[in-house]
This record gives sequence, C-alpha cells and structure tokens, in this order.
Amino acid sequence: MDYGLDRKSTSLKTFNTIFIIVWLLIACFPFIWTFWGSFKVRADFFSRSDWWYAISAFNTLIETGGKFTTDAYTQAWTEGEFWKASKNTIIVTVFVVSISLFLGTLGAYALSRSTERYAFWILIAALIFRAMPHITLVSGYLFPFFQLQIWGILPTTIVVLVAINQPFTLWLLYSFFKTVPKELDESALIDGCSYFQAFRHIIMPVMWPGVITAGLFSLMLAYNDFTVTALLLNQENHTMVPKIQSYLGTNQHEGNLMWAVSAVVSATAPLFMLVMFFQRQVISGLTAGAVKG
Amino acid sequence: MGINSPLTQNLMPNKTFFWFFLPTGLAMILFIGLPIISTGIQSFYAQHDQVVKEVKKCDPFGCTVSIVVDNEETTKLREAKPLGKFNGFGTYVDRNHLAVDEIKKFWNETESFGAFVDQVTNLPFYKALIFTLTYCLFVTPNVLLLGFIIALSLNAVARKIRGPLIFGTILPMIVTPLVGSLVLFWMIDSQGIIGANIQNLMNDPYLSLKSSKTLTWITIIIYGIWHHSPFAFVVFYAALQTVPQEPVEAAIIDGASRFQRIKHIVLPHIYPVVTFVALISLMDNFRVFEPIIGFSAEGSAQSLSWLIYDNLVNEEVILFGSAAATSMMTIVGIAILLAPVLIRTWKEFKTAR
Repeated sequence: MDYGLDRKSTSLKTFNTIFIIVWLLIACFPFIWTFWGSFKVRADFFSRSDWWYAISAFNTLIETGGKFTTDAYTQAWTEGEFWKASKNTIIVTVFVVSISLFLGTLGAYALSRSTERYAFWILIAALIFRAMPHITLVSGYLFPFFQLQIWGILPTTIVVLVAINQPFTLWLLYSFFKTVPKELDESALIDGCSYFQAFRHIIMPVMWPGVITAGLFSLMLAYNDFTVTALLLNQENHTMVPKIQSYLGTNQHEGNLMWAVSAVVSATAPLFMLVMFFQRQVISGLTAGAVKG
Repeated sequence: MGINSPLTQNLMPNKTFFWFFLPTGLAMILFIGLPIISTGIQSFYAQHDQVVKEVKKCDPFGCTVSIVVDNEETTKLREAKPLGKFNGFGTYVDRNHLAVDEIKKFWNETESFGAFVDQVTNLPFYKALIFTLTYCLFVTPNVLLLGFIIALSLNAVARKIRGPLIFGTILPMIVTPLVGSLVLFWMIDSQGIIGANIQNLMNDPYLSLKSSKTLTWITIIIYGIWHHSPFAFVVFYAALQTVPQEPVEAAIIDGASRFQRIKHIVLPHIYPVVTFVALISLMDNFRVFEPIIGFSAEGSAQSLSWLIYDNLVNEEVILFGSAAATSMMTIVGIAILLAPVLIRTWKEFKTAR
C-alpha cells in the first residue's frame, strides 16, 4: 500500500541497495565459490602457494589439460560410492515424507477439531519434544537398538526420523487446519459422513497448500539430517550427509577433500532447485506458526 | 439434529480423537518419550572394568607375578550385563561431568578466584557448557537484529524483484549445518580464498583459524549468525506484511521520523513474533554441534552436544553411560530455557478458562 506518503530520500535508497547487495554476497558467494572450485583440482582450490590459482586454474591445466575438470565428480560418484549414498537418501526421504504426512495430517486434524483440554497439553508436549536436541535422543536409541539388533538398517532410521519430525509437522499442520472453517466438516457430518470420510473427502482437498508445506519441511529434515543418520546407519547404508563427512578424513586416514567438495555441490543442487520451485510454500510454512503469535 | 446437538458443543468425541491421534502419538511416545527414559536409565550405569587376572611367570632368575586383562572373562561379563555396572550418580559427578571432587580440590588449592575459574573452565563439561552458552548469547541477539534489518530493507525494494532476492537470502538456512559450515570453512581456512588474503593483509603467514581459540570461536559464531538470520528474516518479513498502514500514515503526517515509526508502531506490532523467533533460535543454538565438525574445531571449541557425539563414536567402547549423563544434563538445560515460556503459557491458559 504505497500512497506516496512514505518518500525515501535518495541517500537512504542508495544505502539500502548497497546493504542488500552486500548481504546477498555474504549469503550466496560461498555457494558460488564452492560450485566454481568443484571443477578444479585440489592443488588449485586448496592452494598452498597462491589463492589466485583457484581462478587461473594453474594446476588444473597442468594435471588435466583443461581449465575445468569433472574428475572430482566422476571419482566421488563411482569410486567414492556417492551413488549409493544418494540412493539411500532418496529412499529415506521418500518414506519419511509420506509416512510423516500420513500420521501428521490425521493427528493435526484431530487436534484442531478437539476442544478438550488434553489437546492443548498435547501441543505443549509436542513443543517440548521439538526442543530436545537430536543427539540426546540418539544416545537413548543406540543401546536398545544394538540389543534388538535393528541398528544400522534404513527402516529404523526412517521410523526414527518420522517420529523426530512429528512435533514440528503437527504444529505446522495444526495451524493450517485451524484456518479451515469448522462449518465445512460439520455440515458433512450432519449429512451422514463419518469423521474419517469428512476428513478424507471434504477437508483434505482444501488442505493441499498446507500439506505441501509440511511435506517440504519433512523432506528438508530427512534430506539434511546428520546426527541420526551418521550414528544409526552402518557404513553401507550411509546417506549423503554422513558420506560427505567420511570424505573429510580423520587423524588416522587422509580423506579426499575434492570428493567432499563435489559431493557438497551434488547434494545441495537438488535442494536449491526444489526451494526455488516451492519458495512460496517454504515461506508460508515458516510463518504459519509465527505470525499469529 | 437439534440446535443443542452434541456436535456443536464439542466437535470431536474422545473416541474419534483417540483413533485419529493414535499413530502419531505412538510414534512420539516410542521414539521420543521412551528414548528419554532410556537415556535416564543408561546414565546410572557405567561400562564394565576389564577383568584382570594374575599370571605367574617363571624364568631362571625367579618368578614374577604380572596382572593381565582376561579377555574371555571380560567378554562374558559384557554379554551377561550389557548395560554395564550400576553406578548411581557416579557418572554425573565424575571428572568428565560435574567434577565435584575436582572443584572442591581447586577451591582449596588455588589462591585467587581467577585461578579457580581458570581451572574449572578447563574441565571438559564446563568447557563445553561455556562454549554452548557463549554461542547462544552471541548468536541469538545478532540473528534477531540482522534478520530484522534484512526484512526492513527487502521490504523497501520494488515488489517485482523481491522473489529472487528472498531466494538468495534464504540459501544459508536451507543447507544442512554441516554443509554450510564446510562451505565457509573452505574459504576461511588458511588455504582458502579469504584465509589466504587475510594472511597477506596482516603479513603473518602463520595466522590461521586453527592456531587461535578466539578466532575459532568467532568464526563459529559468525557461521551461526549467517546460518540462522534467514529464518528470522523470513518470519519478520511475513510479519511486516501485516503491519496496519493507517497508524503508519498518521505518524508520517504527524512528522514522525522513520526510526520513530519503527520503534513505536512496527516493533510493538511484531513483538509476539520476536519472542517466537528468539525462542526457536535459542533452542536450535543450544544444540550446536555440526559446525564444530565442519570447521574441524574440536581442539578449541566443544559443545554439550559434541561431547555426547564424541562419547557415542568412541573407538574402543561406546561410553553409553557418559553420553547419557551429559544428555540428561542437556535436557535439564533445555528445560531451564523453556521454563519461562511454559509458565507464561500455563498462566494464559488458566486465565483463558
């Protein structure tokens, strides 16, 4: 609503533009730089002698004959078995998203339609669960999972990630369900629908924006998780993020840094594209719980 | 259906609620509730000591008795009682946790209070606690401030170009902390673009992130602000869209300056959102741990979550008891952080009824 009242002075406008440009540089340049560097050899991107090599590609030219090389990618995906890690990530993400949405929509619908006092306390309990650091939960899982011999496999991790994700999903979907007028399902109930039928045929069709937002956040949690996947999966089943960490190397064995660089780019690119596509949903999700206070 | 049908009184009957909520409730009880109890139980146990036996060795010069580890017996004991031996609060007070004895000793032995604090903050648990609190203390307010400034300044830009600008702004938030910190680390490291240039600028070829504890802390804190500000931005930006225009216009006509308008109209309007962002970001900052791995900063910066992780990836034997004790104390820390919010919610709830 600009009625022309709020006139900004030229100096303020210039200052504002400069600030935004500087901030965007800080926010984006590290990613652009990593993308650029992933096509160089290690001696250039992590140069001991001159950082300018990363731009002039001094060693890349000597080692590969070109200014750009995709060696890091081919090696990481084949030798480094990054293909396996990305396969595992896809499996984990698909299952976590679909199961969390299924459980979450049912639970959040019930919470939004109940006027009982326990519904309030369940939401508070979910908030407390949301605050638990994941690593403290993992330290609770490890011992029982070893004893039950369900450690290291993908299904265990999927179930754990779904559960960890529930509090946030519940809160998010709860605030979306609240915006759907109660009269809608009330009239369906009067017409003789059961609660489940009303939920399935009347409420869900108008809930798609909320479901997509909640799905995106489950996806980002499952895709980005390090704590749970690094400690609950064995080497064979590692997803992308723990795999990247294993490329870094430890005191005992030297890692392969360029593999890590190309793996970081490979893992980040799909996520960025997804967010670019669904930007509106991501933002509405982040603000859903907040703006109402 | 009559006007006073039970339907309008209480929309969902308890039984229906139960079946709708059962799956998610079960998932949360089994995989969030029970693990907390499991952690609590584990924290009272410690791993078994190795079983030792005496071995008599004789040679022409006489006999010697040496003590060696009986591997067979040790394995047997571990299999019979996998949880370890009962230790009560032993793990909580040992050197790696609250270190009660050590603190008493330091109190009696050190001469000045400063020396005492120095000694205490060198104990692993207190060291980690101090880093975690410092991180929260510096990151949270800066995140709020930077997020608010970015929101204000993007809100002043023409609507058409906002989309791509918002996309660029939220990038640091959507990557996982490990990747985010690695991407920064590769630039700041002494062989990276920024690190090398700072060395040139300061004319000190030995200046590097790893060489100084203070530098490492500052870097991780800067990373934290970089990573969390976009979240604050998004929430504030959305809240700014809901600020009513009439009072702002009235204020302009009355001659209020831009700063006065922000202070007296915008800030009070978005105040509830500020507390929300502060709470979420405090909770997230308290669990900081991936950046420590990303920056390979274990040497000079350790957080509570990192201590637990370190116990759990221990090479020889996983220190379940030690990890569990740190976990329980972390949970207590979270409870203290959450307490004001919970008390406020409880009061509002009571007055609402």
